[in-house]
Amino acid sequence: MTATTLETTVHPAVAGGLLLEVTNVSIQTPSITSIMFRDPSGEPLPPYVPGSHLVVQYGTGANAYSLTGSGSAPFEYTISVLRVEGSAGGSLAMHELAVGDRVHVSRPRSAFAPAANAKHHLLIAAGIGITPVLSHARFAAEWGAAASLIYCYRPGEGAHVAEARELLGQGLTECHNRGSFQEVLTEKLTTQKLGTHLYVCGPAAFMDSVLEQARDLGWPKGLLHSEAFGAADLDEGQPFSVNLARSGIRLEVPAGVSLLETLEKAGKSIPNMCRKGICGECSLSVLRGAPQHRDLYLSDQEKAENTTMMCCVSRSLDEELELDL
Amino acid sequence: MSIIIDTDAVTAALPERIKRFPFPYSSESYRYSANVEPSRKVVMTEAGEWGGRLLDIDEHYLSDVKERGEVLDRDPSRIQVLPHMRPAVWDAIATLLPAMAEENPDSMSFHREGNNCRWWNGLQDLEVEFTIGDDSSLQGGPLRFLGSQIQDDMVFLDQREDALWLDAGLVTFAADWSLGFDTGMKFHEIHGPVPRVLEEKIVSRAEQFLLRLQPGEQYRRTNWTLTIDRRLDTSTETYPNWAPERGTIADDPALPDRVHLRVEVQHLIRLPHSGAILFLVRTYLLSLADIARVPVWREIVGRVLAELPEDMAEYKGISRYRKAASDWLLAT
Ligand code: FES
Repeated sequence: MTATTLETTVHPAVAGGLLLEVTNVSIQTPSITSIMFRDPSGEPLPPYVPGSHLVVQYGTGANAYSLTGSGSAPFEYTISVLRVEGSAGGSLAMHELAVGDRVHVSRPRSAFAPAANAKHHLLIAAGIGITPVLSHARFAAEWGAAASLIYCYRPGEGAHVAEARELLGQGLTECHNRGSFQEVLTEKLTTQKLGTHLYVCGPAAFMDSVLEQARDLGWPKGLLHSEAFGAADLDEGQPFSVNLARSGIRLEVPAGVSLLETLEKAGKSIPNMCRKGICGECSLSVLRGAPQHRDLYLSDQEKAENTTMMCCVSRSLDEELELDL
Repeated sequence: MSIIIDTDAVTAALPERIKRFPFPYSSESYRYSANVEPSRKVVMTEAGEWGGRLLDIDEHYLSDVKERGEVLDRDPSRIQVLPHMRPAVWDAIATLLPAMAEENPDSMSFHREGNNCRWWNGLQDLEVEFTIGDDSSLQGGPLRFLGSQIQDDMVFLDQREDALWLDAGLVTFAADWSLGFDTGMKFHEIHGPVPRVLEEKIVSRAEQFLLRLQPGEQYRRTNWTLTIDRRLDTSTETYPNWAPERGTIADDPALPDRVHLRVEVQHLIRLPHSGAILFLVRTYLLSLADIARVPVWREIVGRVLAELPEDMAEYKGISRYRKAASDWLLAT
């Protein structure tokens, strides 16, 4: 870490990560910008599993973004960020980054890996959801694996379209409206060879609809993969309180504030990484009460047991939870 | 005070094989546990220390890799690679060779540009160039090549449907199991025969731990058994060659020199690019006579063998001679 870094406090989500320099900023579409980071001394960066994300610190916050490369022996990390007006600030801060800026980032985290034994990779993306599946498509191309992509985007808003065309050739289907997308989707979902895995990324409603249709058409759960790109947009939830059994204190968790944030404000340091319910770092033991599980980390069985919860996204069904803390 | 001085004098004179031996017990009784710790953590023992490296190279390096080559020539089934594990094998090469070069800068080096790599191994007087992803660029294929550079056996697990599957490996020094038999099986199925392990939920917890390992993370654990003579290859395939001795060794006056404590240092690595889990299994063998040169070890091993529950001794295949071994160790 150098003395010239402006941000003095390293966000917990990027602690133990890397300090990188912005080496390129390029406009993909009017609302999507790609940002490239490198190690300031030119060292190679850690390789990553296709579909991985990087947590990037901005000011006092941190957000996760998918890496768009294949992850093989990288010298740079590239993310593409959609500008979301009125969001928590992450996307706007990313759009202000300029060449030469230094940022704290986490090590790449894998939460949307390709299935190694898939006979065919059917990739489905809407809008900015292209970023992790582009990474999959590159990996498939490098290893000669079969892949196809349905890419749904508004005209003029297609990030990485040229790369997708080059990588997938005939395997790419571009859709610009719901009707044509639905047609292609139905056709693809009903004509796949045995052993095809499906990967979908985009807004939550889009993913839900694709996954539901696949299940209705008899796709087994093990073949379906989704990257919850919009997971940050969880609803505010109801306020609740927590009783910390070992510390003997009680805290109120207001709507719109996570349990993790509430605990941090109260001076508790809880290990955490993704703050999106994906990584499993922020696990807490529940002594009493039923959490409202909103994470993607615990298995259904673990959720039903109600003995652990991911405090970065999960809330409470009861008015009060008692935690082993 | 005088005891401490004596001990120091004794350990100073010990050969490397004893000083660097990964002594596996922390108390005088042994049970299975999820004894996992971060890799490369140095452990101090009564005789010296071990564990500072991911890939340990010792005095047996050249003979071990030679022996592995001979086993593979005789029995190619000791290498298994289901087709979808090719990227994982190359990922292992791109991960392990640089790590080894970093740990042995005087005798090894690794350079990579794009997918073109150059590997120099001064201990083997070997220099090769190869291309990541091109199986024909390494003689015998990438996994056999990697197995000729490290002393460890390798097992690759693929993660899918929230489970782990043994889908590739190179195992020539197995302790009474068979890679060919286990390939394609689930992690859970492979551990089915181990007594106590399933009931105590150790396999599920270990599997959960592995499923959650993030790419690039490296942990390790130890496991142990006994083996007669310094015999690395005790796989199921060669059972007739080594198993009968287990019935006669108890009465053999050469028991202290012939019975070896066999310790496996197993590294558990989530490979950074393929996301596959790699088990490195490095086998160390030290005779009871050598163990006895460290008084504390002599006592602990003697007590562990005497105390071990019968079902565990049976599974480890040592029930017919463990008493003779512990009697010898505990008789002073
Ligand atoms: S911080 Fe990752 S699951 Fe909570």
